[in-house]
Amino acid sequence: MIESIFRGGKRYWLLISGLILLMAAGLAAYLEQWNIGLAVTGLSRDVSWGLYLANFTFFVGVAASAVMIVIPYYLHNSKEFRRILILGEFMAVTACLLAITFILVDLGQPARVFNIILYPTPGSVIFWDVVVLSVYLLLNMVLGWVALDAEYKETAPPAWLKPVAIVSVVWAISIHTVTAFIYAGLAARSFWLTALLAPRFLASAFASGPALLILIALGMKKWGGFDPGDQSLDKVAKIVAYAVIITLFFLLLEIFTVFYSQEPDAMAHFQYLLFGLDNHYGLVPWIWTSITLACAAIILLVIPSMRKNQLILALACAAVFISIWIDKGLGLIVPGFIPSPLGDITEYTPTLLETLITIGVWSMGGLILTLLLKVVLGVRQGQR
Amino acid sequence: MNIDRRSFIKLAALGLFAMAAKPALDLISRPSAARALDGPFAGKRLAMAVDLSACTAGDGCVDCIAACHSVHNVPNIGNIKEEIKWLWEVDYKQAFPDQENGFAREPLQDSRVLVLCNHCDNPPCVKVCPTQATWKRDDGIVMMDYHRCIGCRYCMAACPYGSRSFNWRDPRPYIQTIEESYPTRTRGVVEKCNFCEERLSDGLQPACVEACSKGALKFGDLKPGTELYELISSQFNLRRKTELGTRPQVYYLL
Repeated sequence: MIESIFRGGKRYWLLISGLILLMAAGLAAYLEQWNIGLAVTGLSRDVSWGLYLANFTFFVGVAASAVMIVIPYYLHNSKEFRRILILGEFMAVTACLLAITFILVDLGQPARVFNIILYPTPGSVIFWDVVVLSVYLLLNMVLGWVALDAEYKETAPPAWLKPVAIVSVVWAISIHTVTAFIYAGLAARSFWLTALLAPRFLASAFASGPALLILIALGMKKWGGFDPGDQSLDKVAKIVAYAVIITLFFLLLEIFTVFYSQEPDAMAHFQYLLFGLDNHYGLVPWIWTSITLACAAIILLVIPSMRKNQLILALACAAVFISIWIDKGLGLIVPGFIPSPLGDITEYTPTLLETLITIGVWSMGGLILTLLLKVVLGVRQGQR
Repeated sequence: MNIDRRSFIKLAALGLFAMAAKPALDLISRPSAARALDGPFAGKRLAMAVDLSACTAGDGCVDCIAACHSVHNVPNIGNIKEEIKWLWEVDYKQAFPDQENGFAREPLQDSRVLVLCNHCDNPPCVKVCPTQATWKRDDGIVMMDYHRCIGCRYCMAACPYGSRSFNWRDPRPYIQTIEESYPTRTRGVVEKCNFCEERLSDGLQPACVEACSKGALKFGDLKPGTELYELISSQFNLRRKTELGTRPQVYYLL
């Protein structure tokens, strides 16, 4: 079954070697961080979480979004999702691994990571996040691999797969809720101290993940001879449209409460994010890019004739993906720390090394997903 | 006795489960260290008072800060982003952002205020730590285990006072004279004020209290009858961000 990863055209090998090259660059940068410490990043005493945590949060969302395919297929019996179901599950596997890797590269003492298991602390949300992420990774590995194996053997998937899928639905919601709780339970950071954070996370997850899924499916259709089925893609596109609208709506809710109430501390963080504070405008261009992209994507996705044009669909999905990456990445983490609890403004800009490490981790994800999907293609083509 | 493979596995699994159950139960049912506080303290409760009228931090006095940082091997990295500090001074409005007295005449508004870890009675940093590398002692000191800390910096995000510093790089080259009686730290761990627990166990006062020639810092057990208790209960005082429910134990006398 896995032998197909060793067979591929020129384009396939080019992709693989490109990704390995970027991973090597990331690894070299990480060695520097390992030797010197997190001083190689742009982080500081005031802004102590940044690009790594931003990507962690984003990828937990992408991982959770597999339910947007699992629910219609397993619970509503939407057969048209059969062909892309496996993409969703393997995307979840990859995103889980990325989220875990981003936590690892963020640690000051990565060699001590198993202290989380050695001294289990149920009072800490990070402990629960490790638990739910690991189980979710396992669930999706089983779901994806068993279904694919059944396809390979041309048999029906075992009956126990459906209960596992239902567990994974609940679990997907839990991983993103627990991840939101990491932030939303801190009285010290009014920017995150909102019960809306978990719903916001879920809404933006259900936009970014399925958007990526459409992009992958379209890419595989164009270059891999894979047929995702136009009908299923259109349904996923509708899910993306709804989810982006809800995401934007949730952002507006936050903005209303904060600015109408005029509560000074809560307002300062949003002011920094949206308009700049005391001549510091670090995130302003980013967040407005994000909002603009989301608005543009909504227009492209709600008009049926636009959405059904697959080039426009791809553009809209790319816009959604980038928009959410900004919104729940740096746009979520950094304003939590600016201004600091003492009212100081220390801006944060990722360094080159930090960016290289991040690109390296993304490339690792790209490689894992490429290999997994190559197996899928191999199995599907073998059937013909 | 006949045991086939299947029932052996079942029994073994049951046994393993039973072995795991006891520690798991202990973990869940661990008695909470929190006590009912605010008001006269029962038992030992260490706390500090900073007399703002006696402190001359605004006039350039750094005796307490220098003493603290030298006995604890706090490095001077010389870069504000990587700064490590246990005890330092800030503007009054930074320490007390909610004490905005629009037309206050007293020079308080322009004064400088010493800040440090508040050794909260309900410490948010302790709650979030995934490895129990930071914990609250029975006498109230919020401790740090530099050897268990994994450097996730969750405690830094949770602290509403900015009291925690992270070792972004190896701090040792930046320590002027290494004080042998206290450990230096490695890169990648968090540190903060420890109320000089190592000196307390030798019967000494905290280094900052000892170094202050103005008598502006008072430290001790907070229970009826002690000097500290009388001072705090008889004089108007402020604590930082009490509205967050952290029950800070550094009292600022006005």
